[in-house]
Amino acid sequence: MKSAVLVFPGINRERDMARALRLMSAREPKMVWHADTALPAETDLVVIPGGFSYGDYLRCGAIAARAPVMDAVRAFAQQGGLVLGVCNGFQILCEAGLLPGALMRNAQLRFICRDVFLRVERSDTPFTRGYNAGQVIRVPVAHGEGNYIADGETIARLEGEGRVIFRYSSPDGMIDPNWNHNGAMNAIAGILNERGNVLGLMPHPENHVEASMGCTDGRGLFAGLVEHLQAAA
Amino acid sequence: MKARVTVTLKSGILDPQGKAIEGALRSLGVRGVASVRQGKVFDIEIEATDRAGAEAALKNAAEKLLANTVIENYRVEVT
Repeated sequence: MKSAVLVFPGINRERDMARALRLMSAREPKMVWHADTALPAETDLVVIPGGFSYGDYLRCGAIAARAPVMDAVRAFAQQGGLVLGVCNGFQILCEAGLLPGALMRNAQLRFICRDVFLRVERSDTPFTRGYNAGQVIRVPVAHGEGNYIADGETIARLEGEGRVIFRYSSPDGMIDPNWNHNGAMNAIAGILNERGNVLGLMPHPENHVEASMGCTDGRGLFAGLVEHLQAAA
Repeated sequence: MKARVTVTLKSGILDPQGKAIEGALRSLGVRGVASVRQGKVFDIEIEATDRAGAEAALKNAAEKLLANTVIENYRVEVT
Protein backbone atom coordinates (compact mmCIF):
# COMPACT_ATOMS: atom_id res chain seq x y z
CA MET A 1 0.00 0.00 0.00
CA LYS A 2 1.61 3.22 -1.18
CA SER A 3 -0.12 5.87 0.84
CA ALA A 4 0.15 9.63 0.74
CA VAL A 5 -0.81 11.73 3.77
CA LEU A 6 -1.79 15.33 3.06
CA VAL A 7 -0.38 18.01 5.33
CA PHE A 8 -2.07 21.38 5.74
CA PRO A 9 -1.08 24.14 8.16
CA GLY A 10 -2.90 23.41 11.43
CA ILE A 11 -3.28 19.67 10.86
CA ASN A 12 -2.04 17.80 13.93
CA ARG A 13 -2.90 14.12 13.44
CA GLU A 14 -0.70 13.46 10.43
CA ARG A 15 1.99 11.69 12.45
CA ASP A 16 -0.54 9.44 14.19
CA MET A 17 -1.90 8.56 10.77
CA ALA A 18 1.57 7.97 9.29
CA ARG A 19 2.44 5.74 12.25
CA ALA A 20 -0.70 3.62 11.77
CA LEU A 21 -0.10 3.35 8.01
CA ARG A 22 3.53 2.35 8.55
CA LEU A 23 2.53 -0.24 11.14
CA MET A 24 -0.24 -1.79 9.08
CA SER A 25 1.28 -1.64 5.60
CA ALA A 26 4.99 -1.99 6.47
CA ARG A 27 5.66 0.92 4.14
CA GLU A 28 6.56 4.49 4.87
CA PRO A 29 3.75 6.82 3.75
CA LYS A 30 4.69 9.91 1.77
CA MET A 31 3.83 13.23 3.38
CA VAL A 32 2.41 15.65 0.80
CA TRP A 33 2.37 19.40 1.38
CA HIS A 34 -0.82 21.32 0.64
CA ALA A 35 0.85 23.58 -1.93
CA ASP A 36 2.00 20.62 -4.07
CA THR A 37 0.12 20.18 -7.31
CA ALA A 38 0.75 16.47 -7.82
CA LEU A 39 0.60 13.29 -5.73
CA PRO A 40 3.64 10.98 -5.57
CA ALA A 41 3.74 8.54 -8.50
CA GLU A 42 2.03 5.19 -7.85
CA THR A 43 0.05 6.48 -4.87
CA ASP A 44 -2.81 4.08 -4.24
CA LEU A 45 -4.30 5.64 -1.10
CA VAL A 46 -4.63 9.33 -0.21
CA VAL A 47 -5.30 10.08 3.45
CA ILE A 48 -6.47 13.45 4.76
CA PRO A 49 -5.77 13.39 8.50
CA GLY A 50 -7.38 15.20 11.40
CA GLY A 51 -6.53 18.47 13.06
CA PHE A 52 -7.48 22.07 12.65
CA SER A 53 -6.42 23.09 9.16
CA TYR A 54 -6.11 26.88 8.94
CA GLY A 55 -7.30 27.13 12.53
CA ASP A 56 -10.84 26.14 11.47
CA TYR A 57 -11.18 29.71 10.18
CA LEU A 58 -14.28 30.48 8.12
CA ARG A 59 -15.64 26.91 8.42
CA CYS A 60 -13.87 23.69 9.39
CA GLY A 61 -11.99 22.46 6.33
CA ALA A 62 -13.19 25.28 4.06
CA ILE A 63 -9.80 26.74 3.23
CA ALA A 64 -7.94 23.43 3.01
CA ALA A 65 -10.59 22.17 0.58
CA ARG A 66 -9.47 24.87 -1.87
CA ALA A 67 -5.70 24.24 -1.54
CA PRO A 68 -3.70 23.42 -4.69
CA VAL A 69 -3.18 19.75 -3.77
CA MET A 70 -6.93 19.17 -3.71
CA ASP A 71 -7.14 19.41 -7.51
CA ALA A 72 -4.75 16.45 -7.67
CA VAL A 73 -6.87 14.59 -5.08
CA ARG A 74 -10.02 15.28 -7.08
CA ALA A 75 -8.40 13.91 -10.25
CA PHE A 76 -7.10 10.88 -8.31
CA ALA A 77 -10.60 10.15 -6.97
CA GLN A 78 -12.13 10.57 -10.43
CA GLN A 79 -9.79 7.84 -11.66
CA GLY A 80 -11.05 5.55 -8.89
CA GLY A 81 -8.18 6.09 -6.43
CA LEU A 82 -8.95 5.45 -2.76
CA VAL A 83 -9.29 8.51 -0.54
CA LEU A 84 -9.76 8.39 3.25
CA GLY A 85 -10.61 11.50 5.29
CA VAL A 86 -10.63 11.36 9.09
CA CYS A 87 -12.13 14.08 11.29
CA ASN A 88 -10.92 17.36 9.78
CA GLY A 89 -10.20 15.24 6.69
CA PHE A 90 -13.92 14.33 6.52
CA GLN A 91 -14.82 18.01 6.84
CA ILE A 92 -12.36 18.87 4.06
CA LEU A 93 -13.84 16.20 1.75
CA CYS A 94 -17.34 17.62 2.32
CA GLU A 95 -16.16 21.19 1.74
CA ALA A 96 -14.36 20.04 -1.43
CA GLY A 97 -17.59 18.51 -2.74
CA LEU A 98 -16.05 15.02 -2.83
CA LEU A 99 -18.62 13.89 -0.26
CA PRO A 100 -22.16 15.25 0.19
CA GLY A 101 -23.46 17.14 3.22
CA ALA A 102 -21.69 19.13 5.90
CA LEU A 103 -20.44 18.83 9.48
CA MET A 104 -22.02 21.28 11.88
CA ARG A 105 -21.29 22.26 15.47
CA ASN A 106 -21.97 19.36 17.87
CA ALA A 107 -25.56 19.49 19.10
CA GLN A 108 -24.41 20.02 22.70
CA LEU A 109 -21.94 22.72 21.54
CA ARG A 110 -19.05 21.01 23.32
CA PHE A 111 -15.80 19.70 21.97
CA ILE A 112 -15.97 15.98 22.70
CA CYS A 113 -12.84 13.89 23.17
CA ARG A 114 -13.48 10.29 24.22
CA ASP A 115 -14.07 6.79 22.94
CA VAL A 116 -17.30 6.07 21.10
CA PHE A 117 -18.82 2.91 19.64
CA LEU A 118 -19.39 2.53 15.93
CA ARG A 119 -21.51 0.00 14.14
CA VAL A 120 -19.88 -1.05 10.87
CA GLU A 121 -22.75 -1.20 8.41
CA ARG A 122 -21.04 -3.01 5.53
CA SER A 123 -18.01 -5.22 5.10
CA ASP A 124 -18.01 -5.23 1.28
CA THR A 125 -16.11 -1.97 0.76
CA PRO A 126 -12.35 -1.47 0.35
CA PHE A 127 -12.35 0.36 3.68
CA THR A 128 -14.33 -2.13 5.78
CA ARG A 129 -13.44 -5.60 4.48
CA GLY A 130 -11.43 -6.06 7.67
CA TYR A 131 -14.68 -6.01 9.66
CA ASN A 132 -17.96 -7.93 9.67
CA ALA A 133 -21.20 -6.13 8.84
CA GLY A 134 -22.93 -5.26 12.10
CA GLN A 135 -19.68 -5.46 14.10
CA VAL A 136 -19.27 -2.80 16.79
CA ILE A 137 -15.86 -1.19 17.22
CA ARG A 138 -14.54 1.26 19.82
CA VAL A 139 -12.60 4.26 18.51
CA PRO A 140 -11.87 7.73 19.86
CA VAL A 141 -13.43 10.98 18.68
CA ALA A 142 -12.04 14.48 19.21
CA HIS A 143 -14.14 17.13 17.54
CA GLY A 144 -16.38 20.12 18.07
CA GLU A 145 -17.98 19.99 14.62
CA GLY A 146 -18.96 16.43 13.84
CA ASN A 147 -22.72 16.78 13.58
CA TYR A 148 -23.42 15.41 10.10
CA ILE A 149 -26.19 17.10 8.18
CA ALA A 150 -27.56 16.91 4.65
CA ASP A 151 -30.89 17.62 2.98
CA GLY A 152 -33.60 14.98 3.08
CA GLU A 153 -33.02 13.88 -0.48
CA THR A 154 -29.28 13.37 0.10
CA ILE A 155 -29.91 11.41 3.32
CA ALA A 156 -32.43 9.22 1.50
CA ARG A 157 -29.92 8.54 -1.26
CA LEU A 158 -27.10 7.76 1.18
CA GLU A 159 -29.33 5.33 3.05
CA GLY A 160 -30.89 3.85 -0.08
CA GLU A 161 -27.52 3.23 -1.71
CA GLY A 162 -25.96 1.80 1.45
CA ARG A 163 -23.40 4.58 1.69
CA VAL A 164 -23.64 5.08 5.44
CA ILE A 165 -20.68 2.94 6.50
CA PHE A 166 -20.25 3.79 10.19
CA ARG A 167 -22.95 4.76 12.68
CA TYR A 168 -22.65 5.85 16.31
CA SER A 169 -24.18 3.11 18.41
CA SER A 170 -24.35 1.58 21.87
CA PRO A 171 -21.72 -1.06 22.75
CA ASP A 172 -24.14 -3.73 21.56
CA GLY A 173 -24.90 -2.03 18.26
CA MET A 174 -28.19 -0.30 19.04
CA ILE A 175 -28.79 3.07 17.42
CA ASP A 176 -29.90 5.35 20.23
CA PRO A 177 -29.79 9.15 20.67
CA ASN A 178 -27.96 8.62 23.98
CA TRP A 179 -25.02 7.10 22.08
CA ASN A 180 -25.02 9.71 19.31
CA HIS A 181 -22.70 12.14 21.07
CA ASN A 182 -22.74 14.91 18.44
CA GLY A 183 -26.34 14.73 17.21
CA ALA A 184 -25.50 13.61 13.66
CA MET A 185 -28.48 12.87 11.41
CA ASN A 186 -29.27 9.14 11.42
CA ALA A 187 -26.27 8.74 13.77
CA ILE A 188 -24.00 9.01 10.73
CA ALA A 189 -20.30 8.73 11.60
CA GLY A 190 -18.90 7.89 8.17
CA ILE A 191 -20.06 7.88 4.54
CA LEU A 192 -18.89 6.76 1.13
CA ASN A 193 -19.12 8.68 -2.14
CA GLU A 194 -21.31 7.38 -4.95
CA ARG A 195 -18.50 5.43 -6.59
CA GLY A 196 -17.42 3.86 -3.30
CA ASN A 197 -13.77 5.00 -3.37
CA VAL A 198 -13.91 8.03 -1.05
CA LEU A 199 -14.66 7.53 2.66
CA GLY A 200 -15.00 10.22 5.30
CA LEU A 201 -15.48 9.54 9.01
CA MET A 202 -15.28 11.64 12.15
CA PRO A 203 -13.71 9.11 14.59
CA HIS A 204 -10.01 8.26 14.62
CA PRO A 205 -9.33 4.58 13.81
CA GLU A 206 -5.61 5.40 13.56
CA ASN A 207 -5.55 5.98 17.31
CA HIS A 208 -6.65 2.42 18.13
CA VAL A 209 -4.12 0.25 16.32
CA GLU A 210 -1.56 -0.74 18.97
CA ALA A 211 -1.94 -2.64 22.25
CA SER A 212 -0.32 0.27 24.09
CA MET A 213 -3.25 2.47 22.97
CA GLY A 214 -5.58 0.25 25.01
CA CYS A 215 -7.56 -0.98 22.02
CA THR A 216 -6.85 -2.22 18.50
CA ASP A 217 -10.32 -1.94 16.96
CA GLY A 218 -9.04 0.55 14.36
CA ARG A 219 -6.71 -1.99 12.77
CA GLY A 220 -9.46 -3.54 10.68
CA LEU A 221 -9.81 -0.45 8.52
CA PHE A 222 -6.12 -0.38 7.61
CA ALA A 223 -5.81 -4.16 7.34
CA GLY A 224 -8.80 -4.15 4.99
CA LEU A 225 -7.24 -1.47 2.80
CA VAL A 226 -3.93 -3.36 2.60
CA GLU A 227 -5.79 -6.55 1.67
CA HIS A 228 -7.91 -4.77 -0.92
CA LEU A 229 -4.92 -3.16 -2.61
CA GLN A 230 -2.97 -6.43 -2.59
CA ALA A 231 -5.91 -8.20 -4.20
CA ALA A 232 -6.23 -5.42 -6.79
CA ALA A 233 -2.52 -5.49 -7.66
CA MET B 1 -15.90 50.08 -3.60
CA LYS B 2 -17.11 48.88 -0.25
CA ALA B 3 -19.26 45.84 -0.09
CA ARG B 4 -20.81 43.47 2.39
CA VAL B 5 -21.45 39.77 2.00
CA THR B 6 -23.85 38.29 4.55
CA VAL B 7 -23.91 34.54 5.03
CA THR B 8 -26.79 32.92 6.90
CA LEU B 9 -27.84 29.36 7.57
CA LYS B 10 -30.58 28.04 5.34
CA SER B 11 -33.94 27.69 7.00
CA GLY B 12 -34.44 24.22 8.38
CA ILE B 13 -30.75 23.82 9.24
CA LEU B 14 -30.41 23.41 13.00
CA ASP B 15 -28.28 26.17 14.51
CA PRO B 16 -27.05 25.06 17.94
CA GLN B 17 -25.05 28.28 18.41
CA GLY B 18 -28.09 30.45 17.69
CA LYS B 19 -30.09 28.32 20.15
CA ALA B 20 -27.46 28.85 22.87
CA ILE B 21 -27.46 32.61 22.28
CA GLU B 22 -31.24 32.61 22.37
CA GLY B 23 -31.15 30.84 25.74
CA ALA B 24 -28.51 33.26 27.07
CA LEU B 25 -30.59 36.29 26.04
CA ARG B 26 -33.61 34.84 27.83
CA SER B 27 -31.60 34.19 30.97
CA LEU B 28 -30.35 37.80 30.83
CA GLY B 29 -33.95 38.91 30.93
CA VAL B 30 -34.04 40.31 27.40
CA ARG B 31 -37.73 40.22 26.62
CA GLY B 32 -39.46 39.26 23.42
CA VAL B 33 -36.68 37.24 21.77
CA ALA B 34 -38.54 34.61 19.79
CA SER B 35 -35.53 33.05 18.08
CA VAL B 36 -31.88 33.70 17.13
CA ARG B 37 -29.98 32.48 14.07
CA GLN B 38 -26.26 33.16 13.89
CA GLY B 39 -24.56 34.16 10.63
CA LYS B 40 -21.43 35.82 9.29
CA VAL B 41 -20.71 39.25 7.80
CA PHE B 42 -17.77 39.98 5.50
CA ASP B 43 -16.92 43.63 4.85
CA ILE B 44 -14.91 43.70 1.67
CA GLU B 45 -13.18 46.49 -0.22
CA ILE B 46 -13.20 45.62 -3.87
CA GLU B 47 -11.59 47.25 -6.88
CA ALA B 48 -14.07 47.39 -9.72
CA THR B 49 -15.07 49.90 -12.37
CA ASP B 50 -18.78 49.39 -11.95
CA ARG B 51 -21.31 48.00 -9.57
CA ALA B 52 -22.27 45.04 -11.71
CA GLY B 53 -18.64 43.95 -11.98
CA ALA B 54 -18.19 44.19 -8.21
CA GLU B 55 -21.37 42.21 -7.59
CA ALA B 56 -20.31 39.50 -10.01
CA ALA B 57 -16.88 39.20 -8.36
CA LEU B 58 -18.41 38.99 -4.88
CA LYS B 59 -20.99 36.44 -5.97
CA ASN B 60 -18.11 34.37 -7.29
CA ALA B 61 -16.28 34.80 -3.97
CA ALA B 62 -19.35 33.72 -2.03
CA GLU B 63 -19.97 30.65 -4.22
CA LYS B 64 -16.33 29.61 -4.18
CA LEU B 65 -15.44 30.17 -0.55
CA LEU B 66 -17.42 32.49 1.72
CA ALA B 67 -20.56 30.36 1.85
CA ASN B 68 -21.06 26.61 1.90
CA THR B 69 -24.16 26.51 -0.25
CA VAL B 70 -25.05 23.06 1.08
CA ILE B 71 -26.08 24.70 4.34
CA GLU B 72 -25.86 28.48 3.83
CA ASN B 73 -27.40 31.31 1.82
CA TYR B 74 -25.58 34.52 1.02
CA ARG B 75 -26.45 38.09 0.09
CA VAL B 76 -24.18 40.60 -1.65
CA GLU B 77 -24.55 44.37 -1.10
CA VAL B 78 -22.33 46.93 -2.82
CA THR B 79 -22.54 50.37 -1.22
